[in-house]
Amino acid sequence: MGFLANWGIWGDLVYGVLAVLLGLVISYGLYWLLDKGLGLLPDKAQKKLRHWGFLLPAATLVIVILLYPVVQTIILSFFNASGKKFVGLENYTELFTSADFLSILLNNFLWVAIVPFFTVAIGLIFATLTNRVGPTREKIFKSLIFMPMSISFISASTIWGLIYEYVPPGRPEIGILNAVVKGNGGTPQPWLLIDDFRFNSFLLMIIVIWLQAGFSMVLLSSAIKGVPEETLEAARIDGANTLQVFFRIIMPQIRGTIMSVFVTVLILVMKIFDVVLAMTRGKYNTSVLAMEFYSRFFVDNDSGAAAAVVTILLVLIAPLMWLQIRTVKQQESLR
Amino acid sequence: MSDIQTLVPAVLGILLLAIVSFIIVVQLSNVVADFAHHRGQNYNRFFWLSFLLTPVLMWIIALFLRRAEQVDGVHSRTWKFAQWMKKIKAGTTLFLVFLVGIWSIPTVGLIITSFRAKDEATNSGWWEAVFSPFTQNWSLDAYQHVLGLGEMTSNATGMGEALINTLVVTIPATLLPILIAANAAYAFTFLEFKGKEIYFSILVGLMVVPLQAALVPILNAMKWLNKNWHIDLIGDYPGAWIVHSAFALPLAIYIFRNYMLTLPVALIEAARVDGASYYQIFWKLVVPMSMPALASFAIFQFLWVWNDYLIAFIFVGEQKPVMTYKINLLLGQYGDGWLNVTAASFLSLIVPLAVFFGLQRFFVRGLTSGSVK
Repeated sequence: MGFLANWGIWGDLVYGVLAVLLGLVISYGLYWLLDKGLGLLPDKAQKKLRHWGFLLPAATLVIVILLYPVVQTIILSFFNASGKKFVGLENYTELFTSADFLSILLNNFLWVAIVPFFTVAIGLIFATLTNRVGPTREKIFKSLIFMPMSISFISASTIWGLIYEYVPPGRPEIGILNAVVKGNGGTPQPWLLIDDFRFNSFLLMIIVIWLQAGFSMVLLSSAIKGVPEETLEAARIDGANTLQVFFRIIMPQIRGTIMSVFVTVLILVMKIFDVVLAMTRGKYNTSVLAMEFYSRFFVDNDSGAAAAVVTILLVLIAPLMWLQIRTVKQQESLR
Repeated sequence: MSDIQTLVPAVLGILLLAIVSFIIVVQLSNVVADFAHHRGQNYNRFFWLSFLLTPVLMWIIALFLRRAEQVDGVHSRTWKFAQWMKKIKAGTTLFLVFLVGIWSIPTVGLIITSFRAKDEATNSGWWEAVFSPFTQNWSLDAYQHVLGLGEMTSNATGMGEALINTLVVTIPATLLPILIAANAAYAFTFLEFKGKEIYFSILVGLMVVPLQAALVPILNAMKWLNKNWHIDLIGDYPGAWIVHSAFALPLAIYIFRNYMLTLPVALIEAARVDGASYYQIFWKLVVPMSMPALASFAIFQFLWVWNDYLIAFIFVGEQKPVMTYKINLLLGQYGDGWLNVTAASFLSLIVPLAVFFGLQRFFVRGLTSGSVK
């Protein structure tokens, strides 16, 4: 494909189109070949191996790119920076005795404690309100609230950078937050540098809540619509007011969806990274585990410590894995 | 009395809106006044007053409504007006308008900033442009610059190429996992085999595993391939395609299987009886019938890959920079290139927003189809 390099941007385009076509032909051909290959086997073996005709490519990818590397990462976390020498638990003791890393864990904890809760709460408010205004208005409002879902974390950081922007004293404000503060007689602050009570981390969390609330709204809204009308009617006849209907009748019935939204956002937040990178590069006490992995690996070139950070993240995520499997099992049994 | 109670939500909505817009107006006037005079401490005292006014106003309106019912009866104009407000759901609507307004401020700020002239953008807030749209110097300079159409070039130039690169990364990384996952989901739904439950549980568990957990060994393996076999997967697209595909598989298989379970089994059994092979059934029956699920996942995966930074940074990098990669580079050196960042960001938003608004119906359906029934 070397000649394409001379065509500049069009070469890339041609390359892309060719790759898409080639990829599709090859992968279709792969399944076709698998089918033909299985067809050659005796009947009994065919019956036993049939499923591999559909599963083999997926299984290969998952094992080679996902499962095996994860195991390797865990092993690497017991090796030194270059991954050549076994050092036992040294990476871990180094991490857990450094104040920086403990502060990172605190940040991660705050993210997990705050973002999922508020995402669900705000999503619930939006869902309840938009469900009340009739189909046309509902559609317009929902798509505007949902829109940030399609924005990347990096672009969202640019967007919010405009809000948190700080300019040196004496110059006109261009960040809306400081403009408001100044307008009320306050002193403009370099918001992202304030790490008292992890204030700057909270500012970063707002960005993620802004991005994810639409997702939570859509799921919760359809769950609320699924609540049988009779139950609401019965409660109203018994004299329940709007709030009581919401908390006593609707909430218990949409608990499953609330949980699944909560867990989805929780998982996303545990590995949050792009926002921190784009807004503060992990400085001013805003770093989180995934960010720490990035700087250990790409800045310090320390694959051992980076692997240890990720292993800690994996250990923290493991209960969620179990929860996920259990939820799916429960759903299966309901079918 | 009971009628008043039913009216309360509608009235409260309007009221809340009135108060909040009062606060906003006072705030904006503060900001504008401050800009106009560059006076540090001279602020508007109405701001704090507006908080005190809230309960008083609420109380007055409640009194007003009660009086309307008692004195003039239900035929009074006030009463009818209130009823009408309730009918068109004015309170909730206005409240939502307000909330959605707040929700959109950040995006609006970005769009407006990117179209401003450099001097003005660095010397005044973007809201200035909203208040005086006609005396404002609008300009496409930033866009020309990042697209490489202007005379100057900098490392912000080249967003056009980055857009193409992003497309080349995204499209195969969307189609490939769908094909592979659909096949696997088919096996998990319609074929019986040993260990099915266990394999599926492992897959569900893997949905949660963060990308970072596999990065280091993958990168090492790719370096090794390059060194010993001269297969170069880093710094080009294929590496990104493979990694994106692999990490999309668990969720895709899960969603597709959920959908395929709803397909009529009788139809497939009938095809079996007619002598169709499992392979034929997959392509002729299951794929066409699963299109809604495939399409909605495609949108998801497209947006996800388009917006990804980490994989693009590691496996494609600077040789064929994608948009998120370039924007992040620019973010590191605000200063002069500050306006370029906003233009570049907006360019990177156009495609996902078009996809989103164009295919929203499928998007939402796809989201809800994977959830608990």
